[in-house]
Amino acid sequence: MKKIYITSDKLDSLACTDAVTHEGAGGIVVFVGTVRNATKGKTVLHLDFEAYEKMALKEMQKIADQAIERWSLYDMVIHHRTGKVAIGEEAVVIACSSAHRKEAFQACEFAIDTLKETVPIWKKEIFEDGEIWVSAHP
Amino acid sequence: MNMNIEIIAFGIAKDILKGKSVQLDLPAGETVSGVKKRLITEFPDFQSLASLQLAVNAEYVDDSYVLNENDEVVLIPPVSGG
Repeated sequence: MKKIYITSDKLDSLACTDAVTHEGAGGIVVFVGTVRNATKGKTVLHLDFEAYEKMALKEMQKIADQAIERWSLYDMVIHHRTGKVAIGEEAVVIACSSAHRKEAFQACEFAIDTLKETVPIWKKEIFEDGEIWVSAHP
Repeated sequence: MNMNIEIIAFGIAKDILKGKSVQLDLPAGETVSGVKKRLITEFPDFQSLASLQLAVNAEYVDDSYVLNENDEVVLIPPVSGG
């Protein structure tokens, strides 16, 4: 499995979990970002993700490299979906393994927080009466 | 001598440009800062964004970066992955 991956196909969080298993690991932490049916009380029909793929993969790799180094992880996998993603489906999966759970929890949180700040991927919320690029305006 | 550089857009930047890219005729030695000013002048809607960054050859660059003719220049509006 590719550890750093962007695809318009459905993500597989269980396969990502399997990919980071390690005999030395005492814990695996997996974050699965799923598509919510509403934002600020307004019904969302679906999301549409767009990526500057070449750069997004580089930035995702940097996050994984930093996390592995800083928390001495055995491994980290980051998968992100693009295109139309339905309510309830997985938009992002981050899995990591470490000797002890604390490091894996911290690394996983760092990875999703940093991804949201640096990785060139854009999310559009589609409503019944229009659509909006998330976070575009202050 | 001037250089012609294509600026590629994603997300809301595409909507503001009303297209996937824009060709700019820039003076040699133009910086990222200069390109941003030029874009805001020609497309004032860029000013309303929470941030506007440029990536060159798939890496973030700061405002002082001097552009070269063969650079791949991409407009990065506020990201919202995850």
